[in-house]
Amino acid sequence: MSFLQTLRVAVRALARNKLRSFLTTLGMVIGVSAVIAMVAIGDGAKARVEAAFAAMGSNMLIVLPGTSTSGGAMGGFGTMPTLTWDDLRAIQTEVATVRAAAAQLRASAQVLSEDQNWTTSVLGTSPEYFQIRNWPADRGSLFTQADVDGGTKVVAIGQTVADKLFGPNANPLGQVVRVKNVPFVVTSVLAKKGQSQWGQDYDDLVVVPISTFQQKIQGGLKNYIAGSIAVSATGPEATARAETQIRGLLRDRHRLQQGTDDDFSIRNLSEIASAQQEGTRTLTTLLAAIAAVSLLVGGIGIMNIMLVSVTERTREIGLRMAVGAKPGDILLQFLVEALALAVAGGLIGVCLGLAGAWRLATSFGWEVLYRPDIVLVAVIFSGVVGVAFGLYPAHKASRLDPIQALRFE
Amino acid sequence: MGTAPLIELLDVVKTYVMGDVEVHALRGVSLSVQQGEFTAIMGASGSGKSTLMNIVGCLDRPTSGRYLLDGAEVSRLSTEKLAEVRNRTIGFVFQSFNLLSRTDALENVELPLLYAGVGTAERHRRATEALGRVGLADRVHHHPNQMSGGQQQRVAIARALVSQPRVILADEPTGNLDSQTSVEVMALFQQLGRAGITVVLVTHEPDIAQYASRVVVMRDGKVLSDTRQEPRVARAPAPEPAGIPAGGGR
Repeated sequence: MSFLQTLRVAVRALARNKLRSFLTTLGMVIGVSAVIAMVAIGDGAKARVEAAFAAMGSNMLIVLPGTSTSGGAMGGFGTMPTLTWDDLRAIQTEVATVRAAAAQLRASAQVLSEDQNWTTSVLGTSPEYFQIRNWPADRGSLFTQADVDGGTKVVAIGQTVADKLFGPNANPLGQVVRVKNVPFVVTSVLAKKGQSQWGQDYDDLVVVPISTFQQKIQGGLKNYIAGSIAVSATGPEATARAETQIRGLLRDRHRLQQGTDDDFSIRNLSEIASAQQEGTRTLTTLLAAIAAVSLLVGGIGIMNIMLVSVTERTREIGLRMAVGAKPGDILLQFLVEALALAVAGGLIGVCLGLAGAWRLATSFGWEVLYRPDIVLVAVIFSGVVGVAFGLYPAHKASRLDPIQALRFE
Repeated sequence: MGTAPLIELLDVVKTYVMGDVEVHALRGVSLSVQQGEFTAIMGASGSGKSTLMNIVGCLDRPTSGRYLLDGAEVSRLSTEKLAEVRNRTIGFVFQSFNLLSRTDALENVELPLLYAGVGTAERHRRATEALGRVGLADRVHHHPNQMSGGQQQRVAIARALVSQPRVILADEPTGNLDSQTSVEVMALFQQLGRAGITVVLVTHEPDIAQYASRVVVMRDGKVLSDTRQEPRVARAPAPEPAGIPAGGGR
């Protein structure tokens, strides 16, 4: 008997007991819909964490200068400038896994508009910085290398600063703000980035060309960078390699002997990100485990009903054997019935799960991510459950003695 | 086929072991049935007639002895091979019809062809033809619960016929039927015998056995008597309800 005919016979048999078949699939439906909904929501949460870290910067490393020691008191990283402009250029040109690098100099300063003032952080950097942090302009255009070369007095302001100085609906482009009494023309408003994981407002800053920063806001240190270097690696998997390569390069350039400590430090932000993701992954795994248990329960339900069905249809099995069904035909028939039950449950579960995730997402404002591969895995897995739990009843049916079966009342 | 018997049992023994008790269901039965013969097997319950039927029907294997069906030894075949032999060579008719409920007559009749791997169109054609042969051409899409006992049994006979078997085995086919429909069913069997199909009938009703051309009586697992007779002619499915000889006291 062909598989298609077997399938038809199986579906016919299931259709004879519609309510029972439906109730049997319910276990699978609940299990699969739980998996689908959980994974969609879990992935949504993960995507949100990823987005938060992408806002921080893509595949970002920060190189901080070393520590100062005065009278035995060690000052923490960044207190003593050890990174030179040549180091920066070396990182930019000599490390293959580095996509871009930019020095960042910071100062806190009061910024004045015509009638308002706001104390914020002033960042002096080069145009690569915007690339490293994935930070486009919302309005206007960002300053360029020409601005850095010419030391022009232009400023890109964060959204928070724009709101404080000009009000929420004004257009700050072309306006003049004063920083340390130096007039700057606002040429762009940066896109809103929101808060960091720790509540720091990314949008509360103004950015000026690094040359202008050194000339007008805070004098430089000649050869040394009085700040840190932001680096973006070529890809998420390249950050660890970039870290090692930069460390090697800087130790070489600073002529550090083996065994001595680094006179700088490198922070790998993607490591923090992956720690965060670890948390969501644990949650997803936990939910998946619960879902797996409910699938197991669904499978047991199928086995139970298949056993009942085999007993109920003993005469039918006997008859089929008498007219020429081989044990294999009977085995296949019941196996296909269990499979059909499980897969039907799986498919209904997928639909319910997607709908449920969507419903939760809209009512709680969560983010959900629909993954077709998970849908496929869920359907295949429910099929596997059907076969696994259908095997015993089907085997039992195929081993019936036709004579006994025909006499069964 | 010449003179070679279609069914040939040679000293067939069947012993069941139930716990530590041995039940001797058949104690050496030898029997030959020619093609086209209409044989009735009679005997009290426990005489071994059902066991004999199961062995002849290839549902069971003898403990010892040989069974040649259409010249081929089948007593030692595997379960799968026996299923094939049943499918090709034997048609079954049961006392309780054993039709699939909620399944129309056509599909019930198609069942053996399904396991023979016959294609859909051919299955429909042959099943329709078989139903026509038993006079149910107009009941093709009726379900068993929409038919009388006699009609249901005729569907079962059509199912037995559809694979064009050499032998039809009928186990108390009239046990659940009234006397008039019983005669109709017997008429059908006689008709099949004339068409060259071998019919083996198990019954405990002497009235029914009258319609056979040969009566084998079993007792204690052995053949007690084996007589050929001039069969009583069953009148073909009669339109008039009266005038049919009433059989038995039922």
